[in-house]
Amino acid sequence: MQAGPVYCNDVLVRGSVEPHPATPTTPVLEVEDVTKRFAGVLALDHVSLQLQQGEVHALVGENGAGKSTLIKVLTGVYQPDEGRIRYQGEQISFARPLDAQLAGISTIYQEINLVPLLSVARNLFLGHEPTNRFGLVDERRMNREAKAILAGYGIHVDVRRPLRSLGTGVQQMVAIARAVAADHRVVIMDEPTSSLEPREVERLVDVVRRLRRDGVAVVYVSHRLEEVFRLCDRVSVLRDGRLVHTSLVADITRLELVSRMLGRAVADVARARTRFADQQHEFGDQPVLRATGLTRRHVLSDVSLEVRPGEVMGLGGLLGSGRTETVKAIYGIQPVDDGAVEVAGSQIATGSPRAALAAGIALIPQDRKSEGIIPSLSVRDNIVLAALPAMSRAGFLSDRDQDAVVARLIEQLRIKASSPDQKVGELSGGNQQKVLLARLLALNPRVLLLDDPTRGIDVGATAEIQALISKLAGEGLGIVLISSELEEVVEGADRITVLRDGAVVGTLAGEEISEEAVMTVIAAAARESMRAADDAENPARDGSTNVAG
Amino acid sequence: MSLAEAARRPLAADRRQVFDWITERGVYVGLAVLLIFNLAFTPRFGELDNIRLQFVQVVPVAIIALGMALVIGTRGIDLSVGSVMAISSALLANYLGYGPVVAILVGLLGGAIVGIVNGVFIAYVGIQPIVATLALLVGGRGLALVIAQGRLTEVFDPTLRILGSDRIYGVPIVVLVALAVAVIVAVAVARTTFGRYVVAIGGNPEASVVAGVPVRRTLLVVYVLCAVLAALAGIIQTARLSASDPSFVGNLIELSAITAVVVGGTPLAGGRVRILGTLAGAMLMQLIGATLISHNLPDSATRMVTALIILGAVFIQRQRGGP
Amino acid sequence: MTSASGQPTAVHSGVDAQLLEVERAASRRERLAGTIQRGGALVVLVIVVLLASIIFGARFASVDNLLNILEASSFLGLVAVGMTFVIVGGGIDLSVGSLLALSAVLTAFGSQYGPVVAIVLPIAVCGFIGLANGVLIAHARMAPFIVTLATLLFARGFAFAVSNEGNTIYHVEAGNAVIALGQGSVGPFRVPILIAAAGFALAWLLLTRSRYGAAVTAIGGSEDAARLMGLPVARLKTVMYASSGLLAGLAGLLVAARSSSGQSTIGVGLELQAIAAVVIGGTLLTGGSGSVIGTLAGVLLLNVINNVINQVGTLSSYFQQVVSGVFLIVVVLIQRYLAREQRL
Repeated sequence: MQAGPVYCNDVLVRGSVEPHPATPTTPVLEVEDVTKRFAGVLALDHVSLQLQQGEVHALVGENGAGKSTLIKVLTGVYQPDEGRIRYQGEQISFARPLDAQLAGISTIYQEINLVPLLSVARNLFLGHEPTNRFGLVDERRMNREAKAILAGYGIHVDVRRPLRSLGTGVQQMVAIARAVAADHRVVIMDEPTSSLEPREVERLVDVVRRLRRDGVAVVYVSHRLEEVFRLCDRVSVLRDGRLVHTSLVADITRLELVSRMLGRAVADVARARTRFADQQHEFGDQPVLRATGLTRRHVLSDVSLEVRPGEVMGLGGLLGSGRTETVKAIYGIQPVDDGAVEVAGSQIATGSPRAALAAGIALIPQDRKSEGIIPSLSVRDNIVLAALPAMSRAGFLSDRDQDAVVARLIEQLRIKASSPDQKVGELSGGNQQKVLLARLLALNPRVLLLDDPTRGIDVGATAEIQALISKLAGEGLGIVLISSELEEVVEGADRITVLRDGAVVGTLAGEEISEEAVMTVIAAAARESMRAADDAENPARDGSTNVAG
Repeated sequence: MSLAEAARRPLAADRRQVFDWITERGVYVGLAVLLIFNLAFTPRFGELDNIRLQFVQVVPVAIIALGMALVIGTRGIDLSVGSVMAISSALLANYLGYGPVVAILVGLLGGAIVGIVNGVFIAYVGIQPIVATLALLVGGRGLALVIAQGRLTEVFDPTLRILGSDRIYGVPIVVLVALAVAVIVAVAVARTTFGRYVVAIGGNPEASVVAGVPVRRTLLVVYVLCAVLAALAGIIQTARLSASDPSFVGNLIELSAITAVVVGGTPLAGGRVRILGTLAGAMLMQLIGATLISHNLPDSATRMVTALIILGAVFIQRQRGGP
Repeated sequence: MTSASGQPTAVHSGVDAQLLEVERAASRRERLAGTIQRGGALVVLVIVVLLASIIFGARFASVDNLLNILEASSFLGLVAVGMTFVIVGGGIDLSVGSLLALSAVLTAFGSQYGPVVAIVLPIAVCGFIGLANGVLIAHARMAPFIVTLATLLFARGFAFAVSNEGNTIYHVEAGNAVIALGQGSVGPFRVPILIAAAGFALAWLLLTRSRYGAAVTAIGGSEDAARLMGLPVARLKTVMYASSGLLAGLAGLLVAARSSSGQSTIGVGLELQAIAAVVIGGTLLTGGSGSVIGTLAGVLLLNVINNVINQVGTLSSYFQQVVSGVFLIVVVLIQRYLAREQRL
């Protein structure tokens, strides 16, 4: 077996972590035959897993495979219906998250579970604030120690500020700092890098390595396989609630891993990973959407873009670069201080979603749960909601109009629901997203703004949605596409507008498009702004500007 | 479901189905039980006079509860309804000199104005419903007292007397009014775009904005409707009693209305409106009071029993993922 | 994300310095807005008192009148302190008015059996009911609004029952030690004022400087996060509501001691006044941010307005209610404006 990283076509296929020496001691955390059912669905099916001291153990699987459920069982959020949990050799049962924490199991969640209104320092120390001799909280000491802890992570912020005033990346780092600061034996990380910029990912890598050195066991849940191969000693694969593979990371290739996750043959997996259509199609001449000079203080800075009919315009950029804010500004959910939006040549009012809808722009928001679906309403009601004025007479609903449209869209998008009257809250993520798409399509829009449409959705539905995007483009819609997976944007877009810090820093078209190209544009912009900051800080005496390297 | 939701969820699904059924039908079961009990044990309960009396007495709460159900459906609340009753009652008494029709219109207009104020504060300025309507509750009662100069006014008007006390084919007019209101509201909720918007907003306000629902306009209408219905209830009450007492009318009626709505199965978190349930809830509360009175149980017992019933109803409701 | 060669894209300190400056400015603005929000009530209070002193002279600004205002504020003040914690913790307690009445009745009733019973009975009962509120809200996960609404009804009914449907008004005998609590004085200050002052001081310390206060604030800010961060949320919420009940009980005891009798009809609408005072004081109704000093200012403000309106003989006292309502709205509007500033 080759040691060291192995690349194939510039893609990392085998990791570089030395295999951890075999430790014959009892596993620090172990689940045995654990089963968990929800309303007839078998979420975990007799899963057995051992976690050794000081090992970094990856847990991978598609959405719905049971990773989250297993984590929740390990941390006391759920209790298993069958099976046992052993902690340091002793059988144990956690009735609530607090019990798991007290036992020494610390968790970093995918959603940042801190208190936004509280200050950074308070979040860091909540529950165990340092006290003075009167038993009162010693705020100065708390702030001092918080500052020191975060400095160790390379983060320099005013720890008295409320957490929500900081970027999501920093917030997640605070959550990580909180989780690892205490004296724990096991740290569970659930998609820890989802909000992190590359710089912060490096710090997380340092943290994980340090934990490993200190003998702390780490459960690392991630769908970013590069991280798994880079950081982890062993990997376990869950599929449909069952454990289908456990091995050393060094003993498996990336393709084999993916094939275990999906339950498909390796050869199938090696082919194209996204379902966007390959063929080129004609774009219209006149742009169907034109946004000019969108500006909002501290958020967007003179953002302009154009989309032609039939074109997929991708928005590239890191987290916090302003992609979501751009589409929200175009659609009118967020107001703008300056800027204009034109649809097919006519200007529309900004700051009004209803004006945008009337002009033919439709949006799928990033957070479908909180901004997209209305869980208490039926599939039918969700689909027709935006188009109600067109499907009613004098304010009264027309069942016939609605039924026709709903039936057509359910079939076209293959929405799986027991009936159009089923509550949307009960559907799977993929089907909920399809309901949102159906809502947009019911309007016969001209422009679609899609913010991370395949996030958190299983492979099957993702493929369908990607294929649908290509099809809709082929039918002449203009589409703006954002995705947390750079690969998806690169594969799906005809042109890409690259954003950084709320401003456009470059555009790529056609053959120019690749993941590397996007990253290069972002990096160049970073260097530029650093240069400008240096100039501002150190103006040369004779008025000339620094030409720093 | 999110991690945080999971940490909170204690029940398995089968039990939830049972509770679902109880929540949706519970109020009717309670009503049936009370009816049977009273028919068996309360003398003269089944007599026409008594039945009419019960219906007449429940009218103000029922009408207000219908408006309150709409407001709660949008995830809001309206604490000012009692004060609106007082305002409309005072205005009615004041303007009676211009004839009953004008007086009634002015009373309804007064309610509408309060509703507009509530609606603007809540929908356009963004103040929370409990705070805005609380302010109107406090200020409104004062306003009513100012209009009436603190006095109880006797109201002598033949039209109003007919409205308050007469019957058509044996059915009291006020009951017919309440039924008409119920039908109108039910149709609005079930069959109009307005009704869809109401439950959408209650189900998920942010998503409704994204979906292009005219949220602010709908909320304004909802609060105006609620206030106008409260004004109507105040007018009816004044007509029935032939007196306008702004320091007393409508006192604590918001509690009764909210109780009727919640017991009737409309969740406080919004997203659904049960009209029939609300009416049943109002009648249930009415009958509880009547039962206790006719069995000579004191006022204190009524309150305590009502409190326990509210707790029971909400306890069951929260199992199905209520507020 | 790294390029294929594995090198992370480097971002240097220059950008960080620029961002840090923007952050510092934003931080200053936020904290200013926060201070205004919390301290605003105090400023308004001072302004109103000054204005009233100028306009009404000695009728308002006399020591006697000011002491009266303080005394009237002490009962609402105790209740509002408990309400502050509940609201900061993300909940609400509508039962305090009825608990106050219940407590007054029980105090007077219990005084027949000696001062110990007169003190322990009402506080214990109200504390127990508050505890019941807490258990239903925190453990049975029921909505605070409805639970405390039901308790409001229940406690009032209970008070009626004890006092024979309001027909019996128990009196506290003149020699009873309990009277000292309500009518005694230390120097120029009546005992209720001192008790309330002590209550506010203790509450301020708890909310701003103790782990309990930090935990309550966290729970109000995000209950789910607080739970996942390991706070014993259910236990803390129960404590919040139990304390609220206890404080209402204490206030009712003082009212009975002050008036030497226990009427079952008092306290109607008191909870709304308490909520108004808390909101005026800058505490967010949604929870997660609050100020005991603000509540103090709110309570005093409401009582000063009450006092001022009653001084002006020509305006009917009904106007006091109108003014209170308008005042609440104005304060909330200002708060919203400030909150918008803070978000940026």
